[in-house]
Amino acid sequence: MIISVASGKGGTGKTTVATNLALSLGPDVDVQVLDCDVEEPNSSLFIRPSIEEVKTITTPVPKVDMERCSLCGKCGEICQFKAIVVVGEKVLTFPELCHSCGGCIEVCPEEAISETERELGTIKKGHRNGLEFIQGELRVGEAMAPPMIKRVREYTRPESITIIDAPPGTSCPVIASMKGADFVLLVTEPTPFGLHDLKLALGAVKVLGIPCGLVINRSGIGNNDVEKYAREEGVPLLLEIPLDRRFAEAYSRGDMIVEQFPDWKERFRDLYNKIIELSSSED
Amino acid sequence: MKEIVIISGKGGSGKTSILSAFASLAENKVLCDADVDAADLHLIMDPQVKERHDFKSGHTAIINQDRCVQCGMCRDLCKWDAISEDFVVDSIDCEGCGVCYYFCPEKAIDFPLNTCGEWYISDTRFGPMVHARLYIAEENSGKLVALIRERGKKLAEEKGLDLLLTDGPPGIGCPVIASLGGASAVLIVAEPTVSGRHDMERVVDLAEFFKIPAMVCINKFDLNPEEGEAIEAFSRERNVSVLGRIPFDLGFTEAMVQGKNIVEFDSHSKGCKAVQDIWANLAQSL
Repeated sequence: MIISVASGKGGTGKTTVATNLALSLGPDVDVQVLDCDVEEPNSSLFIRPSIEEVKTITTPVPKVDMERCSLCGKCGEICQFKAIVVVGEKVLTFPELCHSCGGCIEVCPEEAISETERELGTIKKGHRNGLEFIQGELRVGEAMAPPMIKRVREYTRPESITIIDAPPGTSCPVIASMKGADFVLLVTEPTPFGLHDLKLALGAVKVLGIPCGLVINRSGIGNNDVEKYAREEGVPLLLEIPLDRRFAEAYSRGDMIVEQFPDWKERFRDLYNKIIELSSSED
Repeated sequence: MKEIVIISGKGGSGKTSILSAFASLAENKVLCDADVDAADLHLIMDPQVKERHDFKSGHTAIINQDRCVQCGMCRDLCKWDAISEDFVVDSIDCEGCGVCYYFCPEKAIDFPLNTCGEWYISDTRFGPMVHARLYIAEENSGKLVALIRERGKKLAEEKGLDLLLTDGPPGIGCPVIASLGGASAVLIVAEPTVSGRHDMERVVDLAEFFKIPAMVCINKFDLNPEEGEAIEAFSRERNVSVLGRIPFDLGFTEAMVQGKNIVEFDSHSKGCKAVQDIWANLAQSL
């Protein structure tokens, strides 16, 4: 069971929902959290796992052997990303632009190109009691989040309940964090920005054809347009978290709602049960 | 000409609310919404679109079933597993690398250019604005960010304006990197929470990596003054100028609901006063 927690707008409470949902399921359930917001991963600040493994993640990029190169230029021709180009008597490579498609290596008639590596970032793995925690962290200066997200998702264990903390937005990193999920939990706030970006996020979920539900965070601010929109679109509203300064302050310290306010543990479990119901009725 | 790019690392820290207030305070400027993935600035600016352009970038492979002999070469070469057993390309998984298109022995693969968004030049009650919309689930957001910043600068030059105010995307990846190159300075809007501090530290690293001067202001400061002070201390250590503190003020949300910025909504509010001070400090540093 893979649940991806997403939103169009940033700062609506994805991490809050993902971490509290995971923790509410308690010690006797096999749960893993994958933090796929690799640009700004935050769930470890709340889950506070003990980290057992740190792995450097790399992607292959080309290295040219000038002894063999005949300057034919085919590598530059096939590369769609301007990551390799023949200029005069030289072959220039721009590893930061390379998408690791392997085209230049494949096309080179002299077998002059081999693989070297570019660092994408690190993956950390750890536990808090029974909860398994995996986090991708993009290297500062690295542009490409999707390959990193794919590497984090390789840690998915099919027998487990996998909760993905997705990045904000609606483009490639978000798609990489939602594709293949059994359910997408959309988190938004009831404001015009929240509504606008919810529409975009819902569009992405529809492209992927995944069942989804909505959590409204900070309910009480803004207006009722999000709720109205969700009703019109047939997106079930699964949980409302009120605007409550105590929640905001707990969040600011890295404290979890389900631990500070124990009655919320039941509400997050309820949320999980609703998700199970909705995703099985889709099958 | 100067360009100030507002970024935050963490989403939802108040970039757009603050930039929209600056729109009331700054003179001779062009507004630019570079958060093309989830653009929101137009909800406050109410732009009247004067020009609309397609944004074309990147290619997607399409297999022509009439010519395909199912030799399997494309499937062997594709690093993204984007080609199914019955030789249909999943356009979402396709990276647009063109390797299958290049090597197909039957020339059975087309590789058309994608239209993946649109961009606009508009008028607003605050002056001209450039903005864009990346279509859902599309790629190349970094290129669209670079394009509209370029157009924003051009527009400013044409109109004899000397400031580009750019609303940046969250994160530190491709679209953010594309929003930094050539900027005069970045203003980081930070939130006084453990995650806000973590994320702003990474953005400070990023600005330093690309050698762009950084400034910081802290939104919702009173939510957790200890975290706020920690952010300020970190900033000073890293030579990031601290421009000010904005108190937690629901007026920002109420203004947004009315399609206004905080200056228009309530110019006597604490939030407005704080943003005015920050703008004054920013203008001075320019």
